Amino acid sequence: MEDSLLRGLIPDVIGVLVRRGAGFAAAEDAVQDALVEAVRGWPGNPPRDPKGWMVTVAWRKFLDAARADASRRHRELRVEGEPPPGPGIEADDTLRLYFLCAHPSLTPASAVALTLRAVGGLTTRQIARAYLVPEATMAQRISRAKRTVSGVRLDRPGDVATVLRVLYLVFNEGYSGDVDLAAEAIRLTRRLAAGTGHEEAAGLLALMLLHHARRPARTGPGGRLIPLAEQDRGLWNTRLIAEGVDVLQAALARDRLGEFQVQAAIAALHADARTVEETDWVQIVEWYDELVRLTGSPVARLNRAVAVGEADGPRAGLAALAALDPALPRYPAVAAYLHERDGDPATAARLYTEAARSASSLQERDHLTRQAARLNARLRQG
Amino acid sequence: MAKYLLLKHYRGAPAAVNDVPMDQWTPEELSAHLTYMNDFAARLESTGEFVDAQALSPEGTFVRYDGEGRPPVTDGPFPETKDLIAGWMVIDVETYERALALAAELSAAPGAGGKPIHEWLEVRPFLPPYSPTTD
Repeated sequence: MEDSLLRGLIPDVIGVLVRRGAGFAAAEDAVQDALVEAVRGWPGNPPRDPKGWMVTVAWRKFLDAARADASRRHRELRVEGEPPPGPGIEADDTLRLYFLCAHPSLTPASAVALTLRAVGGLTTRQIARAYLVPEATMAQRISRAKRTVSGVRLDRPGDVATVLRVLYLVFNEGYSGDVDLAAEAIRLTRRLAAGTGHEEAAGLLALMLLHHARRPARTGPGGRLIPLAEQDRGLWNTRLIAEGVDVLQAALARDRLGEFQVQAAIAALHADARTVEETDWVQIVEWYDELVRLTGSPVARLNRAVAVGEADGPRAGLAALAALDPALPRYPAVAAYLHERDGDPATAARLYTEAARSASSLQERDHLTRQAARLNARLRQG
Repeated sequence: MAKYLLLKHYRGAPAAVNDVPMDQWTPEELSAHLTYMNDFAARLESTGEFVDAQALSPEGTFVRYDGEGRPPVTDGPFPETKDLIAGWMVIDVETYERALALAAELSAAPGAGGKPIHEWLEVRPFLPPYSPTTD
């Protein structure tokens, strides 16, 4: 059985245990124990009904742990009266687990860690490596998160938006460690979208698919960042693009617009252009207007200025930029780009250097430094 | 979450408030200081914010390549005007404010007379990996 298929069972099984009365933290531990047994035993002796097997074994692990705990504390077994193990898995159980792990009482980082462990079924070690922290630190982060939500009743769904924010954070973490967090985020979002039918869950799924489709073209040798305009579009994954567009169209048809659908629409317009010249910038500007209206986000306004620069010329882009706060992240980079397009390489070079100093990632800094170097070399040649 | 380097300098930082060299402390003051540092790291681990802590020897050497087939060139130690790193702690925290608060707490480690050292620590953000949704 594939590792991801096995992990796909985990939130269901935790959900079943919780519905039978196990506390979330204990259920999560029991399922991890069952998982260890599955990884050891299944290759030689695969069960006919993997989910049923996991439920049975995890429930037994839970009872063992609860009994051990109870005898340690010399008190009555609370679980004796619980219903016996048996079939019957409700999709709702899994969804409630998503909401619990993204509960608003958790900090974003705790919600991310708990989601990856309880919903994603990753091991603490895998999560620690993906986030470049020691395993002990991640273990503590997860157990604190479990304590935080231990009093939360898992009886009704929460706000989909909080879950979407957590999954978006996971997706944005990228690809460090031995786990592809972007692919993991897509897997979890796909399930959430299917389970809730929520249009913004579909919007986020579409956005992730469309960004993921460009991944092979986004970096060059040595992890060098390649901007959208220079990407080899032949490397884009057309299957993922087609799926992203389908998911997006179905969501948009329901006429309940949200920010993820809008971002996905912008990504789809980029994906739709066979060459950069074919990009429909006028429509992209319209979608950015929508995004600004929905979110009021300064970052959306900044990206809008870039799109305006493409649709109506660099002067119009600079005019749109002039209305924004120069302290915004990536403002100098956008200004540099527009000034170069406006035929002012000296200003652009200076701004690229400034942008590199305040870059938010190593790849971005290197990219901006290269832009400055390119322009400075041209200026020296006269 | 974002990672920050809390950098402690042997030299090069402004003078601490309680600026008595460690070799002038009593053994009890030294023990109290080390206990404080260990407890601090343990507490950060329990809050899920600890990444790494290392101390460096004050003795270092500059090294450079000197051409194919030639041994590396070394130089130093350099005069005592140079900036000198004593060690660091790496933390992974929710906000910049949290990083400052933790650095301040570390700076309050007890020194001579059991009083806080109030030493200056340098807080440097890591450049995080590139996000796939920005291009």
